[in-house]
Amino acid sequence: MAVSSPPVYNRLSLRQRLALRGIDGVTILVLPAVLFLLAVFVYPFIYGLVLSFTPKEGGMFANYQKFFSDPFLYDTILTTLWLAVPVTVISIALALPIAFRVRLMTRQRLLTTILVLPVTLGTVLVAEGLLNYLGPQGWFSRTLMLLGMIDRPLKLTNNYWGVFSSLIITGFPFTFLLTLSYVTGIDPALEQAAATHGAKSWQRFRFVLLPLLIPGLAIAFCLSFVQAFAVFPSAVLLGAPAGPTRVISIAAYQAAFEQYDYSMASAIAMIMATVQLTIVVAILAIRNLFYRGSTAGGKG
Amino acid sequence: MIRDTTIGAKLWITAVWVIVAFFIINLLAMIATVVISSFGTRWLGTWLPAGWTTKWYFTAWAEFQLSDVLIVTFQIVFTVVALSGLLGVTAAYALARREFPGKKLIMLLFLLPLLVPPITFGIPLATVLYQAGVGGTFWGVVLANLVPTVPFVILVMIPFIEQIDPKVEAAARVFGAGTFRLFLHVLMPMLLPGILAALLLVLVRTVAMFELTFLTAGPTSQTLVVALYYSVFASGVRAVQSIDAMAVVYMVTTLVWLLIALRFVNPTQIVARAKQQQSAA
Repeated sequence: MAVSSPPVYNRLSLRQRLALRGIDGVTILVLPAVLFLLAVFVYPFIYGLVLSFTPKEGGMFANYQKFFSDPFLYDTILTTLWLAVPVTVISIALALPIAFRVRLMTRQRLLTTILVLPVTLGTVLVAEGLLNYLGPQGWFSRTLMLLGMIDRPLKLTNNYWGVFSSLIITGFPFTFLLTLSYVTGIDPALEQAAATHGAKSWQRFRFVLLPLLIPGLAIAFCLSFVQAFAVFPSAVLLGAPAGPTRVISIAAYQAAFEQYDYSMASAIAMIMATVQLTIVVAILAIRNLFYRGSTAGGKG
Repeated sequence: MIRDTTIGAKLWITAVWVIVAFFIINLLAMIATVVISSFGTRWLGTWLPAGWTTKWYFTAWAEFQLSDVLIVTFQIVFTVVALSGLLGVTAAYALARREFPGKKLIMLLFLLPLLVPPITFGIPLATVLYQAGVGGTFWGVVLANLVPTVPFVILVMIPFIEQIDPKVEAAARVFGAGTFRLFLHVLMPMLLPGILAALLLVLVRTVAMFELTFLTAGPTSQTLVVALYYSVFASGVRAVQSIDAMAVVYMVTTLVWLLIALRFVNPTQIVARAKQQQSAA
């Protein structure tokens, strides 16, 4: 690098040369945060990765072999996917048409405020509330019985459906608010132009709006999926943590804090991260097949 | 605005609003159940409890040592808010004002803790913290909670700082302001609304952050949400109403801050992070 640089460049002091590259007193301000995250985010991750290859007993891959040979452990991946994928797909499928209607509202604030409640209150409170609400004596079954739709209370807690509904209650508003921010980012003039040219509402959605939304929807899908895949408190409180809702985070938690096998726990955490990453990479790869460009409309 | 007048379109619109109404009714009913149960005497097999009382709040307050838990919660939360503000705003200032090699990599470093779910990085993090001897202590919980909040502050603050004209700072320099005075008298007043919004969001998120606190907290460093988890987990030991009373205390603590935060930010921002502000700037 120094060989090819012009002579005048070499005569400058180190300080001036760094400043030319954008590194000076102000740039240094970024260091505390970077060092902090390297210490408490990157280092633990690498430490966990190394730890997962140094099991309590057996060879380097003993933890991973154990995980993939014990159905009690490897089934947790499927159990988690079986919760996370339907929840994400349903959330996106509901969020998209609703966001299209809400975009036309002038007073969205009340609706968005109500929807931000479950996201803010968090999964523990939602699980606690749903235990009451969906329980055999709760209002939900009671209303359905009053309407004559069922004869006896539905069993909606301590099984798959309990966790499923809690994930929808916290996951759908999250997906919706994310989708809404993408949908409102599209210039309404684009849709009006299509309407002027005689496109029906389905055609406007399919050929104008959807292609513009695909990149945003892919991000929303990834974020929602990753959140749902990491389900933990509601799977314990509202599900059947020994059986049908034994999700992967429960397996990791039990390995770490009940068997004190941190090496195994790290291995499960790494497997969890790998599954999440695989799905995210796959979604983003599919996204790249679609149009990526300005949603602002107009020239440029 | 385009109006669709066909019957199909009208049915479609109705269906959309029915789903929204169904969701909101269930959500509000769920919250109402918790509140009503916490004020009820005995609630079995009826629409409403047999009688009303406030005694569960006194029971919960004593049984769960709520005053201690609340003090710990606020100590942790305000420490996290102060530290993430300090680390986040300085880093955001550097990232907003300078272009330098490796900036993309650093931005990725700040994006990852927000994208990876807490439970995934929480387990290796808790392992490291316990081995370093801070696991289970006040500072262990604070460190773990800072991992997502510092990047959050940075990502919210970058567009906010970018919209302030650097010429203002240059003018202050010309008139002889030192770095400290520049920061205190010129930048701070202009950045205050953004900092306030970012820190309030951090506050709300930290009160409700379950996973990281749960993995790193010891008996004396539990926050309200973790205490609530344990009491629901061991339900059967205590009366349901008592747990519900605690849940209401938790709801009030969170919602008060949410309402204050909503005066400064748009609800979508809590989820969509910095995106909204970028388009507004």
